[in-house]
Amino acid sequence: MWSISELATDIDAWLNKTFNPTLALAIEMVIAGVAVISLFAILGLVLVLMERKVSAWMQIRLGPNRVGPKGMLQSLADTLKLLVKEGLTPDGADKVLFNLAPFIAIIVAMLLMAPIAFAKDFQLWDLNIGILFVSAVSSIMVISILMAGWSSNNKYSLMGAMRSGAQIVSYELSAGLSILSIVVLSGSLQVSDIIRAQADGWWIFKGHIPAIVAFITFIIAVTAETNRAPFDLAEAESELTAGFHTEYSGMKFALFFLAEYVNVFIVCAIGATLFLGGWMPFHIGTWEGFNHVMDYIPSSLWFFGKTFFLIFVIMWFRWTFPRLRIDQLLNLEWKYLLPISMVNLLLTTAMAILGWYF
Amino acid sequence: MGKDELKTKITELLAAATFEEGGEWLNINVAVGDWPNFAQQLRQEPTLWFDYLFCLTCIDWKTHLTMVYFLTSTKYRHSVEVKIKLDRTNPDIETVSQIWRTADFNEREVYELFGVNFINHPDLRLLILPDGWEGKNPLRKDFEDPINMIRL
Amino acid sequence: MVEEIGTTTEGDLIINVGPQHPATHGVLHLVITLNGETIKKVEPHLGYIHRSIEKMCESLTYRQFIYVTSRMDYLSAHINNHACALCVEKGLQVEIPARAQVIRVLMDELTRIASHELWWGAMAMDIGAFTPFFHAFRERETINDIMEETCGARLTMNYMVPGGVMYDIHPNFQGRVKSFLQLYKLKIHEYAELLTGNIIFINRMKNVGCLSPEDAISYGCTGPTARGSGVSCDIRKYYPYDAYDKVEFDEVLETNGDSLARYMVRIREMQQSVRIIEQLIDNIPEGDFQAKTKAVLKLPKGEFYQRVETARGELGVYIVSEGGTTPYRIKFRSPGFSNLSVLDHIARGSKLGDLVAMMGTLDLVIPDIDR
Repeated sequence: MWSISELATDIDAWLNKTFNPTLALAIEMVIAGVAVISLFAILGLVLVLMERKVSAWMQIRLGPNRVGPKGMLQSLADTLKLLVKEGLTPDGADKVLFNLAPFIAIIVAMLLMAPIAFAKDFQLWDLNIGILFVSAVSSIMVISILMAGWSSNNKYSLMGAMRSGAQIVSYELSAGLSILSIVVLSGSLQVSDIIRAQADGWWIFKGHIPAIVAFITFIIAVTAETNRAPFDLAEAESELTAGFHTEYSGMKFALFFLAEYVNVFIVCAIGATLFLGGWMPFHIGTWEGFNHVMDYIPSSLWFFGKTFFLIFVIMWFRWTFPRLRIDQLLNLEWKYLLPISMVNLLLTTAMAILGWYF
Repeated sequence: MGKDELKTKITELLAAATFEEGGEWLNINVAVGDWPNFAQQLRQEPTLWFDYLFCLTCIDWKTHLTMVYFLTSTKYRHSVEVKIKLDRTNPDIETVSQIWRTADFNEREVYELFGVNFINHPDLRLLILPDGWEGKNPLRKDFEDPINMIRL
Repeated sequence: MVEEIGTTTEGDLIINVGPQHPATHGVLHLVITLNGETIKKVEPHLGYIHRSIEKMCESLTYRQFIYVTSRMDYLSAHINNHACALCVEKGLQVEIPARAQVIRVLMDELTRIASHELWWGAMAMDIGAFTPFFHAFRERETINDIMEETCGARLTMNYMVPGGVMYDIHPNFQGRVKSFLQLYKLKIHEYAELLTGNIIFINRMKNVGCLSPEDAISYGCTGPTARGSGVSCDIRKYYPYDAYDKVEFDEVLETNGDSLARYMVRIREMQQSVRIIEQLIDNIPEGDFQAKTKAVLKLPKGEFYQRVETARGELGVYIVSEGGTTPYRIKFRSPGFSNLSVLDHIARGSKLGDLVAMMGTLDLVIPDIDR
């Protein structure tokens, strides 16, 4: 139907016609910045509401249904509330680190928006090491959590931050190895190349068993990376009140809160890109008519549909499973997930060399 | 064991024990000095085997205090009640928290509510009452608090 | 390592859990000495909800003091009132009509199911599974509605009097309980799938907080806490009261002594309660619901002790009477008090996450402990 990349090229052509090239470039940068920030904000609002409605549906109750039709405007009310709340700094807190921590979380989340392909030919920055960039920048998240926990001058926050640090650093390995399996199959780190390699079928179907194993380890690892249940010890409400963000209130808390949801979106977007074909529509072999109908649906809709499906699965985990204890969690990673990922990577490499995939 | 057999057995262990009539279980009166050894024997004696202290309390008769211990045996399912008279001005008694671990918390409660001093208790301090209530023993009959006490 | 536990060394963290905390049910203040994530000592500070009920009862008459005790262990309110009524009846030596006995047992068992449901939901929430809480409260609401129709209240139902029960049961009572039971028997299987069979849950609870039978008896634990370690101590079997000797039910025992064993004991107790209710609900005998007693009750001089099995363990009511209209001394032997004393013993050496699982399976209700 519509195509965002055509819209982008049209705007680019018009700008270059009316202004001189450098000014056009500057205006484009401003537009891109505003677009990222607004996407960030809209995603935050939508995901918060989605979480509340999905959790309510699973717990045999209605979610928010007073503000707006069927409770759609609840997130706006929440944002307004957080904006006008008083931002307290605890006595004895390290002021510089305390104020800096939420901003680092937001900066990381925004940087990770760059290499994601939202639609056909529509990426902010298609660099040749796109996937490596994502993996590397997402590791900086752990610094902001440790800063928040340490600078709060609160024993509970410190414990939550320590737990979270250990957890994130461990699970990055499994996540990285499962990403590597797909990189080996497609032969490139560039995001657009990976997507183009899935034009005749998504990697989860083409790569059969090793790709499915990689997908499962990826989902488990990124649930742990983003501190979502069942791995949410860092903010385990029943044990540590609120963990590393206990002492934050007002806008700084809102930033942490948003950063968590946008992180979930980003890792699901990466999962959709690598395993489920990104913006590629769903084709079945030689069914021409079916494929034509599938092609008609715009690529941005495909991308967001797949991402939101994965987000729903991650939310489903949260409301179904109890929480793991810290030593059980680290056991799971070092004794089970990491060896499985390594063996899987070997299998995938063998498969890629021998050409045993579709 | 029935009440009479228990009576004979206990007189064997401690000749100075006296018994009260009436009541659901055998009531034994023991002197303060005899209590530690007697408690140990009640616990260890193979035919008695009173291993479960299920209630420990104190009653303030206005002339003296009485400690009451309710014991039962999970093996033989017989129960006794041991009562010990204490002097009101100097209520000292040996602790039994090494024999029955449940006495630890219960004796702390009796200490703060009645003022009974338990000798050799590992950690005798206030349990339920807040700080500042040492010395005032609320459950004694001569405790007066014009503001907070209910008298209907 | 074993010698270090119990002493505070350099670098130990002392944290306060409670009194305001999402996981402690009620106001319990624990001062925990931690070394990293390992617990070295747990010290409970009690008394945040001490209302000196024992002293209060010395100035209330024998008809009045029963209802103060509903506020002690408010989740087994019926059973507390039942214990006090039985103790007073022991002193008066009055015979309870059969209808009143059966109604009392029915109310007790419904209360036990409701209490165990709340325990299940709250414990699941502490472990991190948020959904069972809503399922548990759905069943509890049905029971509360049944109670409200007959007794007039949902939490502190002042229904037992010395001599029987205060009013007769509502005509709808039997029908509603029967339809509740039909639905409930299906739901128990749902709970097994939702939580009990979940491998994460089993790993959280297995071998956590092991309590040996000798320790359980020595610390005075009763109820599901002791039965999870294999100590057979169900008051309803050994010292039966009211209609308990006329119904058939099993005493649930497990031998492991860890948190999972205590959990399974309570789940099976719910099923046994259903069995008791099924046997009685169709056979409520006709007759009086209250024995004739004087308006002003005076117990003869002496002492009386009555024990019942609440949802938490053995509740003992000890009345010392001097012949007047008010008791001379009342002592309530509360089950939570002894169950709490075992927490320090089983928590040493385990992790902070285990402490939450242990407190959940000990099923502590703090007003019961502080009285």
